Amino acid sequence: MRGVLSGLNAWVLQRASAVYLLFFTLAMPVYIYYSGVDSYDTWHGLILSPVISISWILFFASLLAHAWVGIRDVVVDYVHSFKIRLIVLSVIAVYLMVMIFWVLRLLLVSA
Amino acid sequence: MVKHKRPVFLNLWQIRFPITAIMSIMHRLTGVLLFLAIPFFIYALQQSLQSESGFQTVIGYADSLAMKIVLLLLVWSLLHHLLAGVRYLLLDIDIGIELPQARLTAWLVIILALVLLVLAGSCL
Repeated sequence: MRGVLSGLNAWVLQRASAVYLLFFTLAMPVYIYYSGVDSYDTWHGLILSPVISISWILFFASLLAHAWVGIRDVVVDYVHSFKIRLIVLSVIAVYLMVMIFWVLRLLLVSA
Repeated sequence: MVKHKRPVFLNLWQIRFPITAIMSIMHRLTGVLLFLAIPFFIYALQQSLQSESGFQTVIGYADSLAMKIVLLLLVWSLLHHLLAGVRYLLLDIDIGIELPQARLTAWLVIILALVLLVLAGSCL
C-alpha cells in the first residue's frame, strides 16, 4: 500500500489537517453564535457567504484527508488479507470521494 | 502479506491495558464513529440550507430522545477525539512525553471530555 498518502506524507497531512479541523471546530460555532443566527435566511446567508463557504469547503477537505489517513491506519492494522484490505480501502476511498463531491455541490453549485 | 513466524499474543482478556493504551483505542473508536457520522452531518447541513422547513426540521432534531442520545454520543466522540488529538500533537513535539505526565494528561482528556459533554448536554 505505498502511495502518495503513506509514510511521512501521511503523517504530516494527518497533523496539518488536524490543526485546521481544531481551529475550525472551535471558531465556527463561536462565529455562528455571535452572528446571531435566528432564522433560515440569516443562516443561509451566513453559511453561503463567500469566505465562510470556502472555510467550510476547506474544513471538509481537511476532514476527508484526515479521515482517510486515520481509517487507512486502522484498516491496515486489522485487515491482514491483501485482497480484502484492497476492497475495504477502495470502498472507503469511493465513500470519501462521494462525500467531497456532495459537499462541493452543496456549497458551490446550490449557493 | 509477510508471513510471521514470531509468536503473536492477542488475547484481549489477558493483555493489561495501561491508560495510555486505552487512550489510543478510544482515539480510534471515536475517530471511526465520527467518520461514520460524516454523511449524516452533510445531509443535515444540506437540509438546513435547502428550505425554511428543512431548517426547522434540523433545529427540531434534538427534540426526540433517540436523536438526543445519538447527538450526545457524537458530541462526546468529537470532544474526546479533539482533546486526545491535542494531546497527541503535544506528544509529537515532546511535550508531556514522560510517562507520569502522559498518564496524567490521558486522565485529564477523559475527564475534561465528559465535563464538556455535560455542559453541551445541558444546552440541548
